[in-house]
Amino acid sequence: MSMTEPVETMTEPWDAFDAAPSLVRTLPAAAPIVPKNSIAGRSLTVVVAIMTFLASLTTGVAMLVVSAASDWQSEVGREVTIQVRPAPGRNIDADVRAASEIARAAPGIAEVRAFTKEESARLVEPWLGAGLALDDLPIPRLIVVKLASGVRPDFTSLRQALATRVPTSTLDDHRRWIDRMRTMAGTAVIGCIAVLGLVLAVTVLSVTFATRGTMATNRPIVEVLHYVGATDGFVAGQFQRHFLLLGFRGGALGGGAAILMFGVVEAANSWLAGTAGGDQIAGLFGNLSIGVAGYLAIVLQIIFMALVTAFASRRTVNRTLETID
Amino acid sequence: MIRFENVGLRYGLGPEVLRDLNFGINGHSFQFLTGPSGAGKTSLLRLMLLSLRPTRGLISMFDHDTATLSKDGRANLRRRIGIVFQDFRLLDHMSTYENVALPLRVLGKEESDYRAEVVELLQWVGLGERMGALPPVLSGGEKQRAAIARAVIARPQLLLADEPTGNVDPNLGQRLLRLFVELNKSGTAVVIATHDIALMDEYDARRLVLHEGRLHVYD
Repeated sequence: MSMTEPVETMTEPWDAFDAAPSLVRTLPAAAPIVPKNSIAGRSLTVVVAIMTFLASLTTGVAMLVVSAASDWQSEVGREVTIQVRPAPGRNIDADVRAASEIARAAPGIAEVRAFTKEESARLVEPWLGAGLALDDLPIPRLIVVKLASGVRPDFTSLRQALATRVPTSTLDDHRRWIDRMRTMAGTAVIGCIAVLGLVLAVTVLSVTFATRGTMATNRPIVEVLHYVGATDGFVAGQFQRHFLLLGFRGGALGGGAAILMFGVVEAANSWLAGTAGGDQIAGLFGNLSIGVAGYLAIVLQIIFMALVTAFASRRTVNRTLETID
Repeated sequence: MIRFENVGLRYGLGPEVLRDLNFGINGHSFQFLTGPSGAGKTSLLRLMLLSLRPTRGLISMFDHDTATLSKDGRANLRRRIGIVFQDFRLLDHMSTYENVALPLRVLGKEESDYRAEVVELLQWVGLGERMGALPPVLSGGEKQRAAIARAVIARPQLLLADEPTGNVDPNLGQRLLRLFVELNKSGTAVVIATHDIALMDEYDARRLVLHEGRLHVYD
């Protein structure tokens, strides 16, 4: 040993230090290994929140469209119309009564209601004006036939019976209209599912990239943990837990905002019920409620976002560890 | 403790930066690893820390062939080695106390079990009053002592230090060297990578000299 001064005899500034025992007691609680409130972490929370909100919004709207399309089809499908045309030598009122009786007698019919002359006049009022004397015009009369749920009536027999006893009548089961409606609704549903798929894909990608960006700022922590002997599982676990919470927080913010929004829309719709505007909206979109399934889907999306964030962080940590090792 | 046999290292498809390394590090030994800048001192330290894999040759550590170890097995061996970086690598969001206690946390120890031990070590390196301070407010010398404390808190059998005096003034450099000597006396094998001739002249110890990728040992 050839040091200029023996170690034993040297005095260091820290040799004389006598730490106060109180310091031991006043040490703060251990900080988390992964810092909780970093700027990058807050940015990631915002990204997750926004993307979860958009995905939840798309999910809710898709569910509303699917539900409304199904309502339209079932509403229209539950009704058929018998049209009775006036003809020389025939009593249209008698024909309407006869057609109504035939319809009532057919199986699977829940309700038959013939439009009165006044109601028929009101139907054509927007085109022909008020105060019309229907007796002077050859205006057909309508009979609305509501079908019993769960039973499919035999329209062929009904048509034959009507043709025999009331040859001036026509049965319209709205088939063409329903087929068009079904095509339109199907297109709308496929469109919504496609948009939802795209939004979810974009959400997963943006959350993954944002997580990777945030992880880049944590690389020194990964390196230090690795060098002090932490196993890969320990390091990945620390980050996975942190990012799972971070993703859940962001998801809960975004998903919670979407749930709140759908709740407000649903409440507003019920307040507006009975008004002209409310009825128009209800006619188009039903009761504007995404239902329990919709809210559940949003909650599942929140959990999904948290899992995506955690998974992305784990993959990034593992990749970082591979580059270090 | 550590044995290198015909070890070579290259990065990617580049030339070999370390060639035909044949040497050993014995327990309780003290050595300087030196050589010009870029000679491969840090690469050799990383090989000894198991954070790099050699492109050829055999590295045996603590009676284990490192090539056959699993990732967890390598991590477990790494726990028997302490490392002091030139740039300290303290975590800025953790206090000095927490930085020093980190290896024990990684080992899964409860804070109540290691608190007194960490405090005692911090006092020993003269950071008793700075336990709650965050690294950004520590001086260079304080950071270096905190880094050394972190490296030895888990009582490693081997301490590696990469240019530990590179960022401090000569006076503090001498003091830190004394700290390493003290640690060596307590049974820890020490390897100090440095190109500071004056520092090496302070203490008569084995020298491992890297030159053009080859290692020359001067006992």
